[in-house]
Amino acid sequence: MSTNIILSVRNLQTYFYGDGSVVKAVDGVSFELKKGETLGIVGESGSGKSVTSLSILRLIAYPPGKIIGGEVVFDNKDLMKLSESEIRRIRGKRIAMIFQDPMTSLNPFMTIGAQLKEITELHEGLSSSQARKKAIEMLELVGISDASRRIDDYPHQFSGGMRQRVMIAMALSCKPELLIADEPTTALDVTIQAQILELIKGLKEKIGTSVILITHDLGIVAGMTDHIAVMYAGKIVEYAPTEELFSTPHHPYTKGLLKSVPDPMTDQKQLFQIPGLPPDLSRLPKGCPFSPRCSNVKAECQEFPPIKQINANHYSACWLEN
Amino acid sequence: MSQQVNTRVEDTSPVVGSSLWQDAWQRLKKNKLAMLGVVILLIIILVSTFGPLLSSYSYDQINLDRNSEPPSWEHWFGTDQLGRDILVRTLVGGRISLMVGIIATAVSFVIGVTYGAISGYFGGYIDELMMRIVDIIYSLPYLFLVIVLLAFFTKSIFMLFFILGGVSWLTMARIVRGQVLSIKNQEFIEAARAVGVETPMIIFRHVIPNTLGPVIVYTTLTIPSAMLSEAFLSFLGLGVQPPLASWGTMVNDGVEAIAVYPWQLIFPGLLMAVTLFSLNFLGDGLRDALDPQMRKD
Repeated sequence: MSTNIILSVRNLQTYFYGDGSVVKAVDGVSFELKKGETLGIVGESGSGKSVTSLSILRLIAYPPGKIIGGEVVFDNKDLMKLSESEIRRIRGKRIAMIFQDPMTSLNPFMTIGAQLKEITELHEGLSSSQARKKAIEMLELVGISDASRRIDDYPHQFSGGMRQRVMIAMALSCKPELLIADEPTTALDVTIQAQILELIKGLKEKIGTSVILITHDLGIVAGMTDHIAVMYAGKIVEYAPTEELFSTPHHPYTKGLLKSVPDPMTDQKQLFQIPGLPPDLSRLPKGCPFSPRCSNVKAECQEFPPIKQINANHYSACWLEN
Repeated sequence: MSQQVNTRVEDTSPVVGSSLWQDAWQRLKKNKLAMLGVVILLIIILVSTFGPLLSSYSYDQINLDRNSEPPSWEHWFGTDQLGRDILVRTLVGGRISLMVGIIATAVSFVIGVTYGAISGYFGGYIDELMMRIVDIIYSLPYLFLVIVLLAFFTKSIFMLFFILGGVSWLTMARIVRGQVLSIKNQEFIEAARAVGVETPMIIFRHVIPNTLGPVIVYTTLTIPSAMLSEAFLSFLGLGVQPPLASWGTMVNDGVEAIAVYPWQLIFPGLLMAVTLFSLNFLGDGLRDALDPQMRKD
């Protein structure tokens, strides 16, 4: 295995069990992430993006969820086989996460400082005063002005954008090798979105972290990522370098997604939408899960399509010949 | 590059720090009835702690020549059938009653919060098992349980405190469990786990503090109920043993002589009623102060 691959996910399967049905939230996801690169994972709500990211750190609550198969190789170790205390040492220190909603991902009863200190005290063994110094430093790094005073504030005294900055500061405190950002800007308004994305981009280069950026907004991944994985119904249906995915999408679902981005240049009377609804993951159709909504259905679609390599870095799971 | 990193958030006005607790305190201060309760409670605690030291009488000093005297300058609250000073006895009784309230509540707080938090946080079979145990204990008659436990252990007064606490944590456990169930799925708990915080730390640092609002309210309401239970048990002869007094035993003694020597009932009864009222007002005030719905005003 090439040494510059930092994370390799192979055939990851995470199922949720409830009331006699099985929801295959993530069903056979595989991808690799090179050191220093940014991978975007895009897809609709419920396509398994977040579950994939939570599964990497084994944060799926059991019950009802369970990672039933696959490997997540990080630094030559399969994270799925580590003991609970070994994986805990990786969480936050070597792989950090930023969550979707900054309004709820900070503990309302603890000061910002106490929450920032918790990580470095835990992972780096810093003393309380060292950790405080580090926390102020991190807050300054993410652009919180007057950090030495604001560190003693509570989360509700921060705006959404500032809280997300705090979350980023927290995630990057231990200089993680991998940062998983799960829809980091979904809950923020557009101008703040841009600031946060620039911040992640800048810090990624400064600290040298690899990033997995999960989003449903194609506009975000376009400017941020090196590769994109498109997820549908718990599977990666297309994987390609960012530019190639935008210029020559292969899978009908990707094409549909790209078409549904409104174009401000043309005066569209009606926005394009992919017909139908995302499938119920506990009752997936036979064969290709996208076939009921696909405009190019063929007889073969009754069978699950194999993953086809289109060129060196471009894969697609579709029967279509291009 | 660094230009982009330094997109600073403008801090337009200085923010005055106010935590959730400070907010609640501000609202509590506006509630006159609750503040009156706080003041009265503080006075009662102070007076019953230090008052007996200032008196020339002791609570068990019998003077049969001067039994059942009405209030006078010598004995402000009068004397009882054995000629003991009722003022001193009421204050000493207050110590016991307040201690029963506080210790029993503290015991029920510690057991209930820990039990409920563990049950709620782990969920699944553990939760099921732990809550069925609570249900079973719930189904036993409270008084029966207390009497059995009191008969089983020595009848020391501290045992009474612990037994009262030991049977009143059930509701607390249920309240905390319910709170934890709603809190454990919030993102900041997931964020704490994603950072590698250990489970006990998550429960005690991140989960429990967030359940405390309703718990504190319930706690202030548990104190009077423990005091009432003690009074009731003492009334049945199971609680505080003479010559030591609590408000409960004094009311019990006073009831027998209510027609002839009403002061023997009135003073301890009045003090107890005032304390219970104050605690209830404070509990109501705290509930309002900690309720996020009330923040709109």
